[in-house]
Amino acid sequence: MRSDLSKSSSFSYLLKALLFSQIPILTLIIVLFTPSLSMGQEDLSQSWFNLHRVNMLVFLVFFFTVIVIYIERAKVGKSLFIRRIAGLDAIEEAVGRATEMGKPVLYISGIEDVDNIQTVASMIILGNVAKMVAGYDTPLYVPICQPFVVPIAEERVKEGYAAAGKPEAYNRDNVRYISSEQFAYAAGVNGIMMREKPAANLLFGSFYAESLLMAETGLATGAIQVAGTANIHQLPFFVVACDYTIIGEELFATSAYLSKEPKLLGSLKGSDLAKAIIMVILALGAILDTLGITHFANWFYIE
Amino acid sequence: MRREVPIVICFLAGLSFILEYFIPHQSVRPIFENFRQWAIIVIAFAYVLGISNIVRVNYHVIQKKGRDWIYKIVLVLGLFFMIIVGIFFGGIGEGTIFFWIYNNAYYPLQSTMFALLAFFIASAAFRAFRVRTFQASLLGITAILVMIGRVPIGENVWKSFPDLVEWIMNVPQLAGKRAIMIGAALGAISTALKVLVGLERTYLGGE
Repeated sequence: MRSDLSKSSSFSYLLKALLFSQIPILTLIIVLFTPSLSMGQEDLSQSWFNLHRVNMLVFLVFFFTVIVIYIERAKVGKSLFIRRIAGLDAIEEAVGRATEMGKPVLYISGIEDVDNIQTVASMIILGNVAKMVAGYDTPLYVPICQPFVVPIAEERVKEGYAAAGKPEAYNRDNVRYISSEQFAYAAGVNGIMMREKPAANLLFGSFYAESLLMAETGLATGAIQVAGTANIHQLPFFVVACDYTIIGEELFATSAYLSKEPKLLGSLKGSDLAKAIIMVILALGAILDTLGITHFANWFYIE
Repeated sequence: MRREVPIVICFLAGLSFILEYFIPHQSVRPIFENFRQWAIIVIAFAYVLGISNIVRVNYHVIQKKGRDWIYKIVLVLGLFFMIIVGIFFGGIGEGTIFFWIYNNAYYPLQSTMFALLAFFIASAAFRAFRVRTFQASLLGITAILVMIGRVPIGENVWKSFPDLVEWIMNVPQLAGKRAIMIGAALGAISTALKVLVGLERTYLGGE
């Protein structure tokens, strides 16, 4: 710890000091005094700060501070371990299989727009997949559901081909806008699966009822399928119909996992620490609530 | 500048939505409302990008008389037909030609696609419930218990069947589901923060 501090900047030292000393004290003060502060805040239209949501602000500041600290640690060269994610390793295997069979790879980015963070995560993965695919000289089809995603997907694929040293192999027509309507999109994607018979289907993003329609069609065509979503209601469908499924948080860990970039790895470790703290809070809350001390658990309610 | 400007815009827009969550004062509500209106307008323009993509991709196939080029003509004609009908023949509201076509052509097709899901669920369930491993056996037994407990015959077989199902759904099932939800939510917040402050910029391209 001391050696880390000597290496890192004064900024990171300040942040660490804040995290390890000030923030827990501040949190305690806020937990104890929030109810009295938020009293009389019935007419919120005249308030400059919604005190009922101070818990969320504390969490956001804390979460962000933890992430920044871990990024700083990663920058000074501290090695950070990330467990193996089989689904992400399987992407290369799927692309390799498609290359051996001389068939294309199909990348499906879900049906939500770029305002959904899962779509952003999907676009990040798409860039890595495009780079991989370009290296193997395999065609990549990217059917898109939302028009706003089209230019981003085009840019990511183009950049992937350029990074692999094959910009001339990029075919702009392979990134296709299908339809913004859920089932029209599913029909279009299923049509591509049946006509082109891709050897690998990669489904990453936000999916709803169309998930099983596409995954089952892909299974019927004999493609190797890797899927990932944070929409928990669709996870069982992917688990059943796909060879590998990336569950929830793993989807967001992808960019760090694939790029191994320190600042992204640091942010990943930061969110892991936040998760561990939340687990402790959950356990503590359950114990205190069982003992009849409800004030602690009540503080976490969001209005 | 090509990278800095989008990051600054992204940061300001993201920050405004965070502030909106914490600042309820009436004098700043119109500012946040304006931001939302701008987002709707920008997204509406995105449809131009979508249409241009459809036209370009299909035009190339039609021009080369590639595979299924006849269907591509139908697709492009259908696209422009609906745009023209929507703009010049009474709009898209109830009682218009657009509304009639949507209800009698598109809607049944959409329902057909949705109905297919029942068959896909049946085939997926058949595969999932095959008893091959301990975990698969556990899944199969739990699924059968829940299915029986959710239909009237379950209560006739054993009075407490519905209570058992409720316990399965509210305790072990919900615990697993919430664990995934918390993990996913933290991952989403972490990614959103990285995008907001410009740590994650690969989605912008040109890296």
